[in-house]
Formats: sequence, structure tokens, C-alpha cells
Amino acid sequence: MTGLAKWPLKAAAFITGEDFWRGIVAVTVFLIFWEIGSRSEALFGFSFPWVGQVPAPSAVLKEMYRLILEPSFWHSAYLSTARVLEGFFAAMLIGIPLGLAMAVSRTFYGISFPVFEVLRPIPPLAWVPAAIIFWPTQELSIAFVTFLGAFFTIVINVIGGAQSIDVRYFQAARSMGSSTFDVFRRIILPGVLPSIVVGATVGIGITWAVVVAAEMISGGGSAGSMGGAAGGGLGFFIWNSYVGGSYTQIVAGMISIGVAGYISSAILRKVGEWMTPWLAEG
Amino acid sequence: MSIPGVSLQSGRKGGVRIVDAVKMYGSQEAGVLAVDHCTFDVPAGEITVVVGPSGCGKTTLLNAIAGFHSLSSGSIYLDDEMLCGPGKLKAEPGPDRIVVFQNGALFPWKTNIENVAFGPMMQGVMSRKEAYEKARAMMADAGLRGIEDNYPGEISSGVRRRVEIVRALMTDPKILLLDEPYRALDSLTKSVMHEALLEIFYKNRVTIFFITHDLEEAIFLGHRVVIMTTRPCKPKKILDIDIPHPRDYSVLTTKRFREFMDETAAAVHEEATKAFAAGEKER
Amino acid sequence: MSHPGGIASAAGNADGHVSTFALTMHRVLLWLQSPRPYLMFIGFALFLGFWYLSVEVWKLPRFAEMPGLTTVVSEWFSKNPTYGLSIFMEEYYLHIWVSTRRIAIAFFLATATGVPLGLFLGWSIRFKQYVFPVFELLRPVPPLAWVPLAIVMFHGSETPVIFLTFLASFYATALNTMLGVESIDVSYVRAASCLGAKRWQVFRHIVVPGALPFIFTGLQISVGVAWFSLVAGEMVSGQYGLGYVINTSYTMVRYPTIIIGMITLGIVGYVTSAAIRLLGDYMMQWRTRELALGGDR
Repeated sequence: MTGLAKWPLKAAAFITGEDFWRGIVAVTVFLIFWEIGSRSEALFGFSFPWVGQVPAPSAVLKEMYRLILEPSFWHSAYLSTARVLEGFFAAMLIGIPLGLAMAVSRTFYGISFPVFEVLRPIPPLAWVPAAIIFWPTQELSIAFVTFLGAFFTIVINVIGGAQSIDVRYFQAARSMGSSTFDVFRRIILPGVLPSIVVGATVGIGITWAVVVAAEMISGGGSAGSMGGAAGGGLGFFIWNSYVGGSYTQIVAGMISIGVAGYISSAILRKVGEWMTPWLAEG
Repeated sequence: MSIPGVSLQSGRKGGVRIVDAVKMYGSQEAGVLAVDHCTFDVPAGEITVVVGPSGCGKTTLLNAIAGFHSLSSGSIYLDDEMLCGPGKLKAEPGPDRIVVFQNGALFPWKTNIENVAFGPMMQGVMSRKEAYEKARAMMADAGLRGIEDNYPGEISSGVRRRVEIVRALMTDPKILLLDEPYRALDSLTKSVMHEALLEIFYKNRVTIFFITHDLEEAIFLGHRVVIMTTRPCKPKKILDIDIPHPRDYSVLTTKRFREFMDETAAAVHEEATKAFAAGEKER
Repeated sequence: MSHPGGIASAAGNADGHVSTFALTMHRVLLWLQSPRPYLMFIGFALFLGFWYLSVEVWKLPRFAEMPGLTTVVSEWFSKNPTYGLSIFMEEYYLHIWVSTRRIAIAFFLATATGVPLGLFLGWSIRFKQYVFPVFELLRPVPPLAWVPLAIVMFHGSETPVIFLTFLASFYATALNTMLGVESIDVSYVRAASCLGAKRWQVFRHIVVPGALPFIFTGLQISVGVAWFSLVAGEMVSGQYGLGYVINTSYTMVRYPTIIIGMITLGIVGYVTSAAIRLLGDYMMQWRTRELALGGDR
């Protein structure tokens, strides 16, 4: 059976499995509690702590339906996604070669890794003001901060992956007469690929978090400190909803971001699986 | 239901009888048959060695006796009591049948003596003090004095294996199940391990069920050698090794030993070639 | 019969026991004798040198408004700082304390809830089937996206920030703990069952210690994530704290203080992460010793 033909079978097996139904039960129970909790004021006369203030799932659903039909919403989604992809690809473009260089050359590693490790604990958002001072446009500073978010994760994963390649692969290649370039192309790159995939999947999650944060800080935050209209995005959308008092929109926005983040991670994971067929379970 | 036992005659414990065992992994159509109507005895108080190519299903049998896997059909008896069979396809793991694993399963986060004393303490049959005393005594007996407070990660793998066997014996098991325990050791260490195992056996007379793919090891150690076919496994040839115990390494050069090797080598080689042709994966 | 203790006894004292301290010192000595300390020095020299030169000597275009190395350093260590924050100012330590306190509360709560949850998720398949989907449902929402909702749900300005931090930390801890339990070699569990351990005993003696290395890796990640969320939260809606310092330094055009804030964040973040790692090394003596005896790497 070809790989593609297996999908309907796998899907059928999944849906009828106990895994699936127990998950559905759990999520349904969760939604019910949420609904009751948000309506607690009306139902019981007093409002539950915390949950009582949250808009109900039914209201949120209505809001989502409305938003899907609004072009401005999609424009915000587009802006955020664009920023995520920019920062992410920049991080991959610079991070992967850097990581490989550090893994291959002990000297380079010795020089650069300590500096890298010292900069790493500084949260990406702490770089925002410095980035704004440095870069000419606001967009570039957001991109830079986004880049930083994913960069560190990717480099660490690449180094880890390269270091764990069994030394015997190198020895085997050499004894068969491979040139250095060949070794790089046929041993190192494929060997590192799984770690790159892991780093990328984690990295894109971080990128989303940074983008949303940056958008919020630019548009809202302590007196809109980052200056100027930031040009929207989903983070800005959520903040705006809060300021405007539309709580259902807040939750709708959160869900949209969650969905977007999930989709991007899933796509990356699928691409990763496609690129590393040898890892699939037999 | 009791079957006239393998144990009643010798008065010793730990005799296992496997009757028509079948194990199929996966569903009917797309499944893999691992064990194909296996029937043989493991006499009490003796060392029975099962030899076969990798992946043939011998570990599945061991796991069924130990209670880690269920059978698809058939039954297994221990001392005339049913371990698993129709109506109860999976035995429960217990201290009467202890397994020594291929890659060793000494808990790395406990010291050696904590490991050895683990069994009785968990079962509640001994207080901590009693368990430690017995552990110390048994370790000293096995020549392992001095490493009680070290961690398994600090000692060599051969020594680790010996500590694991002492741990297994602490609970007075009826039968010891060894799953290629010396596979990862070099041949020099192996020969020391063999003599150590025999020493333990002569002292305790515990029944031993031993899996290996090393024919020499099998004939050297065993009272009885069961040669399995390649997957799905079934006893191909059963030999009673009549070289007298106690044995030591001088046995390897005797004529009788070579005769056994000749007798079994052809059978084993035939199965190994079949396994190779079928592309068996190393487990 | 030759001595069974092997390497450990050869290197150690009479009863074959080498102290962990001695092993650690041994590793430190090896490190000092390698070229690594010197390469490290070169790396920092290059980095700091570039910063100094680009801002203060060559005055490269992009770097024009950046605070220079000497400005930052002199400000940081001055008894009378121009912009109000240096190691001699009480306010500096107040901000560090406020941030650290928030991290401590959030991290502690996250660990106390995340570790048990992770352990159960990994141990009981049924539990995982029910709980994990809900868990995964909420996870993709980034911490900062919760800020407005948190402000709506909780009262005051302190709780939302701590909630954010807690959430991010909680997910990292629970996930890594679950993975830790799932990666325990099944042979250990089987060996324990053979030896007569009941299910709860297996959980206590095998699962928990076996998952500990993963748990500690998870905790280190978790503390990093906590700092990430905390700074974000402080920048948006806090008073006091290092994130707040960086934010306000920008609005009040106190540029050197921004850098001081960043560096302080880096140091404190590193220290918290290292503290956890050291605690882990101490609690998992067996691992430290195994790694030390196995050589470098």
C-alpha cells in the first residue's frame, strides 16, 4: 500500500480508537464547565472566582464566526504571520550555518559559545528597546527581536545534533574516499536534520510568542511606550479588544493565535518528517 | 487442572511445562506469528538453554513465562500450577520467576546494596535491617564484597551482571529466567561469568531457563539444550547434555563436547541461514 | 578474587569511595588545562572590543545612538549614576528582588503542579487519554496573549503577571516530566514487578527517580521560559521589576540603563538556571559520578 493510500485507513483507525473518544469526552466536559462558570452570575446569583469573568464559549463562538467574515481580521492575521515567517527564516538562515560551524570547529566553538551562552538568558523582549534604538524602522526591530527568539533555540539544537552523530559514520566515509565536502553533504547534513527539525518546531512556537508580545507592547502597554502606531497584527488586535472592553473578542483573538501557532508547528513537523524518511517507524 | 509434573519426580521446584504455546502479534491478517505451537519441558533443578537465531521468538516465550506478554493460545505451567492458559492468557510477574535482562536492569539511581535488598523489602517479607544483612551476606558470598555502597554506573558491566543475579536470588525464586544476559560482554569476561553462574547454581540448585544464540555457551552451561527454528519458533531439536556436573572450562576440549557441537552445529546453521535470508532484524 | 570495585576503588580511598567533590575538582582542573579558557577570553574580548570600537571609536552609522561600552560600565559601577541605577543604588536591588520574587512564586507553583501532572500523564495511559487533549488545546496560546484575559480574570496588577509566568513554566515542566516518564526503559519497570513491587512501589522507586534527569532538564527550560514571560508581563503591565526598568528607561531616554537592565537580566537568568542544574546534580549523585567517570561529554 502506498503511503498516501494509508491515510484514510489511519484516520479511520484513529477515530474509532478509544484515544479519540476519551479526548472528545474530556474536551466536552471542559467546555461545559467553562460555559457554566462564565454564566455563573446569571445562573447562581454569584459569580465564580476567575471563571466568572471570562466570556462563555457560546459567545466566543459567535464572535469567531463574525470575525471570520471580516477582512480586517484576516489582515491582522496576515501581518502577524508575515512577521513570524520573516523572523523565523532569518533565524534558520543564520542559525543553522552558525551552529554547524560551531559543531565542526572546536576553536570556533571555544571562542563563540561562551559569548552565545552569556547572551542567551536575556529574554528576547528585553532586547526590544535596544532594537528600536538600533534599527531604522519599527518593523525591522520587531523582526530582529523575533529572529532572536528562534535563533538561540535553533543553534543549540543544531550543535547538539551535530555532536551526536556517531563518529564511525565519518570514519566509514573517509575510508571510502570521500572528500571533506562530501562528508559534509552526506554525513553531517542528514545527521543534523532531525535536530534542526526539533529546533525549528520549538523555535516557531517561541517566534509566535515573541511576535504577539511585541505587537502588544508596540500598540498598547505602558502608555504605548514603543512609540507610533505599530501597524496591527493579532497581538495588537487582542490588546485593542481589551482596551475597547470587548472581552469575547479577546478570547476569539487568543484562539486564533493558538490555531495559527498550532498549524505552523504542524506544517513544520510534516515537512520535517518528509525530509527525514529514514526516521519513520517501520 | 494439574498435569503430572516435571517437578514431582525430582522433588525440586521450578519446573516449567510449555504446552502448545502460540503467540501472534497484531491482527489476524496482518499479524506476525512469533511462536508456533511450542511444546517442551524445563525440568526443575536443571539448566535448560534455548538457542536460536535472533528475532525467532525465544524472548517472547521467556516474556510469557515471566508475565510480561500474553499468549495467543496454549498454556504454561509452573510446578503443576497454571501460570497462563485458556481463560487467563497472561501470567502475573512475580518473585518466583525472576528475569535477568539483556542490557542489565540494575536500578542506576540506587546503590548496589539498595538494589540487592530491593526485592524482599518491596514484598514486605523482611525489615530493612534484615534485608540489608542478608544482602551483605549474599554479596560477600558471591565475591562482591566492597562495592555495596557504589552505584551501578561505577562498576564494570560484568560485575553489574553478577550483582543483578544476586539481587534475583535474594527472593528465593523457583526459576531464574536469563535473556541473553552475557551478550554484551567480551568473551574473556563471559567465561568468568559462566563459571560464576555455575557456582551459584551448584549452591542453590535453582531452575535456570537461559536464552542465547551462542552455541558453545549453551552446551557448556546446559543440562538440556533446545534448538529453535527461525521465526515462528518451534523446538527443532532437543538434546540432553550428558557431560557430568560440576563442569569447568576444561570441558570445552573434551571429545564429548566436540561431539555435541558437531551434532547441533548443522541444525543451528541451517536455521541461521534461513533467518538471514528472511532478513531478520536484530533486536 | 581481584577487587571488584574497578576504577572507583583505584582512584579513591581505602573503602573504594571517591567523593563527588573530588571528582568535580578533577573535571575543573582538566578544563583549566585545555585551551578552552583562553578561547573563551578571546571570544569575549572580540565581542566587547567590537562594541566599544563601533560605538565610541569608529562611530558607525547604525550604532550612533547606542550607549557605548565605557558609558554603560561607568554608569553601572558609579557611586553617583547619572540615570539613577547602579550597583550602589538600593533601587537596583529592589527591582532585582521584585522580579526574582515573582519568578520564585510562579516557578514554585508551576513545579508543584506540573511535576505531579506530568508524572501521572506519563504513568497512566487512561489519565493521559482524558487529560492530554485539554492540555494540548490550551498550549498553543502564547503566554502574552493571556495578558488581557488574565487582567480581566484576576484582580490587582501582581497576580496577572505571576499567572502568565506560571502558565508558561507549568507547560514546560509538565511536558518534560511526562516525556521523562515515558522514556524510562521498560526493563526497569519489569524488573521491579518481578521482584515483587506493587504498582505504587514501582511508581515511587522506579518512575520518579528514573524520570528525575528529564524533570531537571525540564525545570531548567521552565525557568528560562518563566523569565521570558515575566519580562513580557512586566513590560506591559507592571510596576518595578527588571522588565519595567528596561521599558521605562527607554521612554525616559536613559539608554545606558537599558543595557544595565539587560545585562542584569542575563546574569540573574543564568544564575537561576545554574542553581537548578546544581541542585539536580546534587540530587542525582549517581548520574554525576557516572558521567565524571565516563570522561568528558
